[in-house]
Amino acid sequence: MKAVARNAVRVLLIGVAIAVMIVLPSYVSDFHSRDLAQAGVFFIAIVGLNIVTGYAGQISLGHGALMAIGGYTTANLVAHHGLRDVWTIPLAGLLTGVIGLLVGLPALRLSGLYLALATFGLSVAMPSILKHFSGVTGGDLGLRLVEEAPDKITGLSGTVTIWGYTLTQNHFLYYLTWSIALVLLVAAWALLRSGTGRAFRAIRDSELAAESFGVNRALYKTLAFGISGFYAGVAGSLLVVSAEIVNPLSFTFLLSITLLVGTVVGGLGSLSGMIVGAFFLEYLPDLSDRVSRAPGVASIVYGAVIILVMIALPGGAGGALKRFSEPLTTRLYTRSQ
Amino acid sequence: MPLLELSGVQARYGALQALHGINLTVDEGEIVAVLGANGAGKTTTLRAVSGTVKTNGNIVFGGERIGGHGPEAVAREGIAHVPEGRGTFADLTVRENLRLGAHVRPRGKAKADYDRVLRRFPILAERQRQAAGTLSGGEQQQLALARALMQRPKLLLLDEPSLGLAPRVVAEIFRTVAELNEEDGLSVLVVEQNANLALETSSRAYVLEVGRVAVAGTSAELRRHESVRRSYLGY
Amino acid sequence: MVFAADWAGFAQQVVGGLASGGIYAMLALALVLIYRSTGVVNFAQGEMAMFTTFLAWALVQHGVGYWGAVALTVLIAFAGGIALERVIIRPVERAPALTIAIVTLGLFFLLNGAAFWIWSPEQKYLRSAFSTRPVEIAGVQISIQDLGVIAVAVAAATLLAVLFRFTKVGLAMRAVVANPDSSRLLGIRVGWMLALGWGLAAALGSVAGLLTASPSFDQSFMQPVLLYAFAGAILGGIDSALGAVVGSLLLGVFLNVVTSLDTLGLGWTIDNDLRLPAALAVILLVLLIRPSGLFGTAQVTRA
Repeated sequence: MKAVARNAVRVLLIGVAIAVMIVLPSYVSDFHSRDLAQAGVFFIAIVGLNIVTGYAGQISLGHGALMAIGGYTTANLVAHHGLRDVWTIPLAGLLTGVIGLLVGLPALRLSGLYLALATFGLSVAMPSILKHFSGVTGGDLGLRLVEEAPDKITGLSGTVTIWGYTLTQNHFLYYLTWSIALVLLVAAWALLRSGTGRAFRAIRDSELAAESFGVNRALYKTLAFGISGFYAGVAGSLLVVSAEIVNPLSFTFLLSITLLVGTVVGGLGSLSGMIVGAFFLEYLPDLSDRVSRAPGVASIVYGAVIILVMIALPGGAGGALKRFSEPLTTRLYTRSQ
Repeated sequence: MPLLELSGVQARYGALQALHGINLTVDEGEIVAVLGANGAGKTTTLRAVSGTVKTNGNIVFGGERIGGHGPEAVAREGIAHVPEGRGTFADLTVRENLRLGAHVRPRGKAKADYDRVLRRFPILAERQRQAAGTLSGGEQQQLALARALMQRPKLLLLDEPSLGLAPRVVAEIFRTVAELNEEDGLSVLVVEQNANLALETSSRAYVLEVGRVAVAGTSAELRRHESVRRSYLGY
Repeated sequence: MVFAADWAGFAQQVVGGLASGGIYAMLALALVLIYRSTGVVNFAQGEMAMFTTFLAWALVQHGVGYWGAVALTVLIAFAGGIALERVIIRPVERAPALTIAIVTLGLFFLLNGAAFWIWSPEQKYLRSAFSTRPVEIAGVQISIQDLGVIAVAVAAATLLAVLFRFTKVGLAMRAVVANPDSSRLLGIRVGWMLALGWGLAAALGSVAGLLTASPSFDQSFMQPVLLYAFAGAILGGIDSALGAVVGSLLLGVFLNVVTSLDTLGLGWTIDNDLRLPAALAVILLVLLIRPSGLFGTAQVTRA
């Protein structure tokens, strides 16, 4: 009976959240909608990262690089092949997903710190790789979609008309991003509830035990990377669709670190926490700016918040949410006397 | 006044209640055994004394309440705990393991203790420079004992000294413990699965069941006790 | 084909490589120290060193003599490392390694930001600990500074080795690394041993920073050094102190040689700009071929 009540509350909360997200753009400035769309991009990326790190237990510091692949795929298809920007999104996701599978291969031999370093290496190397293949990527200068294929950018004129509704470009980007985010969130939820999700968690908790239960480690580890690669690719693609510009420094190792921080703050192994993580990533730099414009303050605040959150809420926002929604178990004993 | 007294001691591992209120005493110069099946709470009882697990209730040692003190403090009060599996440092040498035993002792006293301990355990003297992990099971148990002695404890907590050892080796270990008790007056609280040996060496014993003291008395009494005989002594 | 090998030049590069390797080795030792005692990589190690270097500079600006500033800085770093462990790491001591790693990332940002907030972003100048004159050995001009750096690195590693093998505190720290629970039962204050590890690591880092700082430095100067230290530690084996030193020295020499192949008469060499990617390549290669490095024993896959 309690489980039914809990689920009802959950569904209600999700419904409210969706309703809020739908009407939000009407209540905030047009420019603000773009920021919110950016939050959506982070959301998609960290849901993907959560799948591979939080649920399958494989640490990745390379998701910035994967986003780069998605972003550049979109940029290239629009600039060099004349596709409309929005249609490139699924293609970018697919390509990045395949690359993600490849990244998953070394993950078979490495784990923990070693996997983190290998994927970190990928992030650090990505800008150089992007600069190198300048024919495809536009090299150092990157690609500017406004110059190369302005007619393929949706909403360049300032408005977008869909199904009879006219939206500003920023509102369009907002709804585009968040509808994709919703679809991908539901997909992730369904995936993680399925046998595949259980296999992921089995691998996370103990690879040896999982193997002895017949879980195909190789298959699921690479699958986890592939799926989260798809998410990262879609996120990167949306980023470029919105920014209309891309260059090698758009996706540095700092982004990979940022994504991991956002995932952990939101809560590893918690999908609902990812909303908190996404807004944390999007708005914390702004908040720090409000505190003071002095140099370095943004980093100080960022670092301090990360440390405090990890100390107070090691399970992230998701962990805290779980703790509040379950009844408190009997108090831990205090030391006697 | 007993050297060690537990009254109403409770302990939990997360949601699992391991001890439901243990009452137990060890007098100075005694060897007391704690018997019971797996999961009865024997190891937890020792952990309660050494402060390794959080407890409720009263633990009094040498007149001082030590419940709630952490293991580092308890070690300094004069209690040496040899845990299940010995807890020796496999990659450090025998000599280094022994030196670590003297960590709580003031400077300068360690050397004399070291020589004494090596005299009592000549095998260890032979293997001083060897890595502890290369010693046989019995030798490691001796090392664990010797290291505990380096602390010059008033009370020795021994957890399952017979674990994984051949009967002859186990008998020797218990003989050593008995000697230490007779010659040096060392008080011992020993947890043992091998009830026979434990009851032979100890003067009193407690039988734990599901986190409570089920039977208590002198070892002689327990050896004659009907259900103890059947459940733990095998006849 | 005429091989115009410049042996003198090559020798200079090797010595220079040993010197930079020596600096990486000190930072790598700091990383290994913390990794072995807490199982966590301290991503903030470089920024800690950067911050203490700024402190040294500030002391000199306020009239403290160079060597006095150095001594004071190392002491402050030591105390600071202990404080950091007790205040920031202790609350998450029992948390999973990833959580602690994120805390060190937070510390990275914190220290980086603080350095930009307190001091301006222009280059700062700090004199070298050693004379920058060259000295002639066997016909080759060798920089005294390089020799000095090598000497300091060797001295630091030796001091550390002596500390761990021959002192009571060092032995206690080794016990804590091996088995913290058993250590507690022996009365060892595990928490303080961990703090001591952080203090020593911070002190090592501060020396590395001071040696790297000349002739000039700014807030980002330790970031590449951290990467090189990682590479050296991975090459040597992240859980091996000896590995950290050997790996870093090898890396230092490797990077210098590979960017000065012309001294071997090869007529071509890898650009200096590619030092960082080269170090990265080393990390990736080691991880792919032999993840535990030269001397490491860690279980690399969670089997």
